[in-house]
Amino acid sequence: MSTSTQVAAGTAAEQAAKKRKPQLSEGARAERRLGYLLCAPAVIVMLAVVAYPVVYAVWLSLQRYNLELPQQVKFVGLSNYGAVLSSPYWWQALEVTVIITVFSVAITLVLGMLLAMVLHRTLFARGTVRTTSLIPYGIVTVAAAYGWQYAWTPGQGYLSAAFNDSAPLTNHFEALIVIIIAEIWKTTPFMGLLLLAGLSLVPEDLLKAAKVDGANAWQRFTKITLPLMKPAILVALLFRTLDSFRIFDNIFILTQGSNNTGSVSILAYDNLFNALNLGIGSTISILIFICVAIIAVLFIKGFGTAAPGTSFGGR
Amino acid sequence: MAAVASTPRQKVGWTTANFVVIALALIPVLWLLSLSFKTPAAVIDPSFIPASWTWGNYSGILTSAQFIRPLINSIGIGLISTVISVVLASMAAYAIARLRFPGKSLLIGMALLIAMFPLIALVTPLFTIERALGLFNTWPGLIIPYIAFGLPLGIYTLSAFFREIPWELEKAAKVDGATPFQAFVRVIAPLAAPGMVTTAILVFLACWNDFLLAISFTSTIASRTAPAAMEYFSGSSQFTVPTGPIAAAAVVITIPIIVFVLFFQRRIVAGLTSGAVKG
Repeated sequence: MSTSTQVAAGTAAEQAAKKRKPQLSEGARAERRLGYLLCAPAVIVMLAVVAYPVVYAVWLSLQRYNLELPQQVKFVGLSNYGAVLSSPYWWQALEVTVIITVFSVAITLVLGMLLAMVLHRTLFARGTVRTTSLIPYGIVTVAAAYGWQYAWTPGQGYLSAAFNDSAPLTNHFEALIVIIIAEIWKTTPFMGLLLLAGLSLVPEDLLKAAKVDGANAWQRFTKITLPLMKPAILVALLFRTLDSFRIFDNIFILTQGSNNTGSVSILAYDNLFNALNLGIGSTISILIFICVAIIAVLFIKGFGTAAPGTSFGGR
Repeated sequence: MAAVASTPRQKVGWTTANFVVIALALIPVLWLLSLSFKTPAAVIDPSFIPASWTWGNYSGILTSAQFIRPLINSIGIGLISTVISVVLASMAAYAIARLRFPGKSLLIGMALLIAMFPLIALVTPLFTIERALGLFNTWPGLIIPYIAFGLPLGIYTLSAFFREIPWELEKAAKVDGATPFQAFVRVIAPLAAPGMVTTAILVFLACWNDFLLAISFTSTIASRTAPAAMEYFSGSSQFTVPTGPIAAAAVVITIPIIVFVLFFQRRIVAGLTSGAVKG
């Protein structure tokens, strides 16, 4: 039976099941019917809110469509893509996004690993440490971003005061560093917890045996722990990379994209809500989607990351 | 778990590491707390401890419709979205974990795709659609997309939890004459409750945290949520210096998170890591 009937769940699936699978027992048919009925609402919502708008965004990206000039809406083919891809703003935003993603994910991975080891090895107040480290994960990004913004405001913030009243948010590179710090602070706990789950799968006996055989701590880490944790690390990296590529909240609060610190998401937002240009805004959105798809494919095919969740259906 | 750290020196090392972790996690939060208690005069002073303390920032925002209304919106929209997505997600997750039917992997693939989807790519088309349908700047205008983005998280987390449930009980119920639906409601749902609570917390935190959709699909305090409303404090004439009120608002919207984390620390960790390291 084709998987596409799942979309038209409910009655259609029922009929199809009746028509084509007469050999199925009553119980198996009831099971299949229930399966479709249970999935139908979730599928319908996801299709309506995500699948349809994506198709619509593709359509919008082929139009000249500015909300301020409604009478000039016109099908223009791929010319919006040409306009965006030949615009320095797009490449600037892409560069900023890639810089932020690479640095924040790389540093988060190292710090997350350290955090995971602290959480794994700690003997004292493990609950307290874990609870505390969950706060950055849970805190509203915007709330934390205001904290960082004020902390780096000269004459007002403790961090600015600690660095000779510097004003890093007014300078391209320093602002990027502040944005990356804010990202790292917010996302390290999540990384740490994912890695902790992977770390707890490493058999303690194996580490002890290696110690007896004379392996030092670094050798045990690189030769035993890391290889065994590879699947967990790759999944955590995939999650974090895709998440970081979408960065919006921190930049919106910290710099509003000034001094060329806007990410691709900020660029798309500006084109939509400041320039009211639905055509260009949609084009940027589709390009971001393509970038994210490339990252995901690279991870899954290139590094052999098991797509999270693939084990569900297989078992 | 691991009882390797045995020598006193190692103990001291790990304990120091603990304090470093706690300090790094808390200092930015304490800074917000400190700002929220600073008087307008003390705000222009970079010291970490307020020179003069005031409750004024809190009484200011908690009596202003510019904050109270968005706070109510945040709570209402968050709760409604959470309840609906957890109910729909548990139905789907049950089917995924338990039932044999074609198209299962397609559903999982779709959920995964949506979970990783760049939100901004949906803002443009949804903005246009919501304006056409009259959903722009309404509660449903935010609730519907929140449900859609809560679903993948919910389906994902819940199917991991549901696979751990002892399913012999379901069979026993069926032997006793229960239909699959009755088996779901009477036997499995109570067993699944812990996983559902965990999922509900994660989905609620995601809705509570959202900023992009909240600023894109709202235009007044009729539906603007708290994170989106803070930005508008700046232009408001009733606050001379918005730093204090914004910090107070940031602290207020952080309180539910601290409460969740304190009470459900184990569940949140279990939920976050479920499925991610299996298979």
